[in-house]
Amino acid sequence: MKPIQNTQLYQLSKAYFLEIIREPEVLFWGMIFPVLISIGLGLAFTQSTDTKFHVLMVTEHHTELDDMLTEYAKTSQNKNGNELSVWKITDDILGNTEFSFERSDWHSAIISLKRGEAELIVGDSLGELRYHFDPHNSQAQLVYMKLSALMKSPATTGSSDSEAFIEPLTLKGVRYIDFLIPGLITFGMMGSIMWGISYTIIERRSQKLLRRMVATPMKKTNFLIALMVVRTVMNIVEALFLFFFAWLIFDIEIQGNIGALFVIFLAGNIAFTGIAILISSRTSKTEVGSGWINAVQMPMMILSGVFFSYHNFPEWSLGVIKLLPLTAVTDGIRSIFIEGAGWVEIITPTLALTAFGLICAIIGLRWFKWY
Amino acid sequence: MLQIEVKDVYKSFKDVQAVRGVSLAIQPGEFVALLGPNGAGKTTMVEMMEGLRKPDSGEILIQGKNWKKHERELRKIIGLSLQETRFAEKLSIRETLRLFAGFFDLGNERVNEVIALTGLESKQKSYVGTLSGGQRQRLALAVALLNTPQVLFLDEPTTGLDPHSRLDLWNILRLLKEKGNTTLILTTHYMEEAESLCDHIIIMDEGKILREGKLEDLLDEESHNLDELFINLTGKTLSEVPTLIP
Repeated sequence: MKPIQNTQLYQLSKAYFLEIIREPEVLFWGMIFPVLISIGLGLAFTQSTDTKFHVLMVTEHHTELDDMLTEYAKTSQNKNGNELSVWKITDDILGNTEFSFERSDWHSAIISLKRGEAELIVGDSLGELRYHFDPHNSQAQLVYMKLSALMKSPATTGSSDSEAFIEPLTLKGVRYIDFLIPGLITFGMMGSIMWGISYTIIERRSQKLLRRMVATPMKKTNFLIALMVVRTVMNIVEALFLFFFAWLIFDIEIQGNIGALFVIFLAGNIAFTGIAILISSRTSKTEVGSGWINAVQMPMMILSGVFFSYHNFPEWSLGVIKLLPLTAVTDGIRSIFIEGAGWVEIITPTLALTAFGLICAIIGLRWFKWY
Repeated sequence: MLQIEVKDVYKSFKDVQAVRGVSLAIQPGEFVALLGPNGAGKTTMVEMMEGLRKPDSGEILIQGKNWKKHERELRKIIGLSLQETRFAEKLSIRETLRLFAGFFDLGNERVNEVIALTGLESKQKSYVGTLSGGQRQRLALAVALLNTPQVLFLDEPTTGLDPHSRLDLWNILRLLKEKGNTTLILTTHYMEEAESLCDHIIIMDEGKILREGKLEDLLDEESHNLDELFINLTGKTLSEVPTLIP
């Protein structure tokens, strides 16, 4: 038997691995960047900070709001020197809320609203309050609801009633960071494979290196297997690196079956490798390849619930969204991380992802242009 | 048995006829130059002999075997250096050779031999991205020689090289010729390269063979060298670049 060092698969894998690790940028974008994103988003969504709302007042007559501001608000100035009335409501459970009211004319108020500097405009009709805001903007809705509730019972300062009914959940897996980390792992997997495999194939085709390689007795399947094996190993290392920091900083836990997690992770790698082979099967122009990669990645990045739940999308679209490979692998991995899922729950997505990847790879190989 | 036999081969790309009815026969151990200006059809002809392109019609046999039925066998006995191949820049010379050696089930011993043969010992740990044009061509030749090929195809191996690097490459090829185990098919538009290295010269233009034979048989009182011969045959010099606008 010949030594393993002399085999095609070993040499192809080794060469590809060396090429990857000799690009310092690859290590940054693959390992450091996801950790930085998780730290940034994790801290942003887990720290209890004061919520601040900016409300513009365009009232022409004296209103009940003016009386309340006189009684409860403090006067200060913003950075432009304009006078503000700041009404602070303390709440130990939901966090503090701070309304800052600024007088304005209608035109300036609309400009501020368009720029996102304010969420709500308060006007009046013969001294009766009128609220102006985009009803489809959930943040504006929230400001309106909080403010109108406050107007009804200003003396409560918002905290005493809520404490009676709210019981904060302290279960593991309900924090935003618990939701985010599985998404970042699958998002990293998709990006790493789409750019790593597709781009490598297209670049080697454009450099005529693919043609030089197939002019030897190299088995074509060995070339593609080596790309996938090395990429999968790199993805495992990157995922472990991200998980380690998430555990260290945010005390993240995997509640479900580790074996099932590994299997669905592999299925995700197979699915994205198949797509990567398909989209890089013919072109030798890296610009065309970049276009295809973005066209495939972008919709999944937005729709598949990596950063935020896709259940906010319209009901009719959910069926389609759930069919996307990134959705399937993210949901599967997330269910193991935070719901304690096991083998039974991941069988269907694992089989679907593997079959999808194999079908894409087979079609891609039939079209594949080696030179 | 003939080492290479080409029978009435045609090849066209869209509306361009690159090769038009070429036939030739190459003996074992012969060093053959395919000489012609850019666009003469040399590269297309060689790529068909290398099994990288299929002819539209005609037949190509290497040691009596065709590419369709015997591709795996033939890949093991040929070596080639293509125009414009760029090897991975972040691999060293040794790693690149080790990679290609793996395709032929060869180990370090053969890698050491070709590194010595092509004079790349001092550069073997350098990344390909740091090499000069001449060193890259020597690497391409080293890769082509890994499997001790019985048939070696070199497509314009010295184009763009300075005279010193070109001479270095010629010396390596002369060493190979002395050993006598390899048949070489070399495309070039440098007549001195063909004169200096090859026993048999095939002059091509516009997809056809204009003349072929040994150097002394091709030259006569009207044509004292290959450039003069080419002018007499076509009315243009070998270095003339074909114009794209009629």
